[in-house]
Amino acid sequence: MRFSIYRYASESDGKPGMQDFDLSDEDIEPGMMLLGALLKLKEQDPTLSFRRSCQEGVCGSDAMNINGRNGLACITPLKSLKEPVELRPLPGMPVIRDLVVDMENFYRQYRAAEPWLQLDEPEPEVEIKQSPQQRAQLDGLYECILCGCCSAACPSYWWNPERFLGPAALLQSARFVLDSRDQATEKRLGQLDDAYKLFRCHSIMNCVQVCPKGLNPTRAIAKIKHAMLKKDF
Amino acid sequence: MKLQRRRFDALIIGAGGAGLRAALQLTRAETKAAVVSKVFPTRSHTVAAQGGVNAALANVVEDSWLWHMFDTVKGSDYLGDQDAIEYMCRAAPQAVYELDHFGVPFSRLEDGAIYQRAFGGQSRRFGAEQAVRTCAAADRTGHAILHSLYQQNIRAKTHFFDEYFVVDLIRDAEGAILGALAFSIETGEPILIESKATLLATGGVGQVYRTNTNALINTGDGLAMALRAGVPLQDMEFVQFHPTGIAGRGMLITEGARGEGGYLVNSEGERFMERYAPHVKDLASRDVVSRAIYTEVKEGRGCGPNKDYVLLKLDHLGAEVIKSRLPGIRELSMTFMHVDPIEQPIPVYPTAHYMMGGIPTNRHGQVVAPLRETPEEPVPGLYAAGECACVSVHGANRLGGNSLLDILVFGRAAANHMIGFLGEHPHHRPMDEAAVDAAMARLARWDDKGDGERPEALRTELKKIMEDHVGVFRERERLAEGVDKVREIAQRMRHSTLRDHSRIFNTARVEAMETENMIDCALATSLSALKREESRGAHSRVDYPQRDDERWMKHSLYFLATDSMDYKPVRTRPLTVEPFPPKERVY
Repeated sequence: MRFSIYRYASESDGKPGMQDFDLSDEDIEPGMMLLGALLKLKEQDPTLSFRRSCQEGVCGSDAMNINGRNGLACITPLKSLKEPVELRPLPGMPVIRDLVVDMENFYRQYRAAEPWLQLDEPEPEVEIKQSPQQRAQLDGLYECILCGCCSAACPSYWWNPERFLGPAALLQSARFVLDSRDQATEKRLGQLDDAYKLFRCHSIMNCVQVCPKGLNPTRAIAKIKHAMLKKDF
Repeated sequence: MKLQRRRFDALIIGAGGAGLRAALQLTRAETKAAVVSKVFPTRSHTVAAQGGVNAALANVVEDSWLWHMFDTVKGSDYLGDQDAIEYMCRAAPQAVYELDHFGVPFSRLEDGAIYQRAFGGQSRRFGAEQAVRTCAAADRTGHAILHSLYQQNIRAKTHFFDEYFVVDLIRDAEGAILGALAFSIETGEPILIESKATLLATGGVGQVYRTNTNALINTGDGLAMALRAGVPLQDMEFVQFHPTGIAGRGMLITEGARGEGGYLVNSEGERFMERYAPHVKDLASRDVVSRAIYTEVKEGRGCGPNKDYVLLKLDHLGAEVIKSRLPGIRELSMTFMHVDPIEQPIPVYPTAHYMMGGIPTNRHGQVVAPLRETPEEPVPGLYAAGECACVSVHGANRLGGNSLLDILVFGRAAANHMIGFLGEHPHHRPMDEAAVDAAMARLARWDDKGDGERPEALRTELKKIMEDHVGVFRERERLAEGVDKVREIAQRMRHSTLRDHSRIFNTARVEAMETENMIDCALATSLSALKREESRGAHSRVDYPQRDDERWMKHSLYFLATDSMDYKPVRTRPLTVEPFPPKERVY
């Protein structure tokens, strides 16, 4: 199987380029995922660098651009890919080396969403009650693994990475706005009421297309807007 | 290369659940704490925990921490320390309520309380009835907990060194731990982090087995650092093989699947656990279920073209239960096996999952070792918590749902003790430059050029050796051969060289150092297994099929410097209640 992989090492000649790799048929196991192939290719060339950990799509380490579309290598079946498989780092993020990108801005926007439960009143000695229906509001929001596929596919985030929070961070905003236990809803909505942080989302929906967990940040953003409207009236 | 130096009150190595729970406690107490992690915190392996965390909340049926304690002692096959087990089971409800306040999105019952499900090895009234004790956020409980803990740490402004790899602890001539040498994976620059108190929270070493449920980062780094600092590892022969890894692949299918009513069948369609555990059937302890599956397959009743797995049947639960309670494992099964459990059973087989053993600690998280006269003297300034530690609450076999509890309770307990220790030791001890040089040499060694063997090839060999020689069923000759083979790998590793000597994001270098750590752990596991001549919990010796309390109700200690064993007694006295004396273990 043929691969064409983006290579960049700032400490050598500094020039990025695509490198061809070949994986022989005997190295390909039935049901193999792209990450399995990358690990084999790294045996051929140990200088090939990428992040990886859980191998099952829950840690969010191995996001990359696979044949033009962002995804996780560990849950992308090799069989589903057209040859040569073109692998590039996530778009719009500075490259550190090969398929490894600098995600600091992505994390900064995540922190800017203040993604933690805020309680003003004293904590009860037991759990804060939440009905199954209230809890169901969080489904589709809390499962995010911070892989970065969505924000790195979002044109609004490419253009304004410092000012637009991006789909991943806004998914977190929605997760806490909609949590019946959280007591900072007003503050959260106030912070988001700005021309850039939230409202640069133009519902392009690339985020929905690429999310490897099947989440829908565009809908989450709509829910925040809906909550803002409810607040204003 | 200039060595950057930073100073903190407390250093936490590892950003999984134990490390982050400890960090939160320390930062909230206005301690200057730093967390060093080789991956971004939410990528730590706690994220993959599925089923839940045990606490006798009694949200579904009546329950008591004492019954939880009984189950844990029995599950441990009486190798667990009963003082630590009492402490953990008593602290469990508070640990879970705290998580709710931190924001963990637990599933809910109709009355708004935290959802709890049945899990293996858990009972009410000392074995009389099944308990419902495992608190769950669908089957993504670890993800929910890890993300919430990280979020609370950002709020508290804990200092993070993300993607830094720790080379070694720094230990002075008097045996005190002064911090650690690490390097930035991104830049390759070394950094010395000085601390007054250091917590190891680096997780397990499941990667020493070829097929395992673990993340690639679970390479026993903290375990090996402790060994090299002269601390022994305790009970390393006890390796949990989870009954339901996806056959041939290893991904975990939570015990919660059986807790919700799923069961195992063999090629004859028989619900075979009825023969092995007539009372609780599929909800027996993990060691029992794993051996049953192994036996079914060995006796020719395995499923599939090669008759090498059994089936986990869930379809009778109905689509609604599977979608709401087990969405994560449904996704895994569909992704990796093209099997939708709503319609078809999942092929499963026992898979290396968890280390019951680890760095010996007391219930305050202090690392303890036979330093002078007694077997449990605290190593000054050193703590451990989570899977890398051995408190020991799991003994010879861990109950499902007790590992998330372990990381929360003892992450917090260790931090509390550290806060006290910092009060008594307000100043940094003078740095031991010779120890820093030794750690720097360990790092620099990978700049060696030449055409030595490649470390990744040795890693592959090691994993095969461990699988073949130190698996579910064990026997003297194979174990002895395994010990020799691991020792040979350790020798060859010394002459191994890297092909990539670059600085920036050199993952080949990180992996080589991880492989060194795995080898040290494998030495401990294989020798401890060879020497223990009995069967207890997860350690099944074909040549010694019985538990032998007279000779072997004691903890193993493995020392790296001498490549040898020592032993210490089990703590059989709880804190306040009557001890649970050893009994035959039936489910």
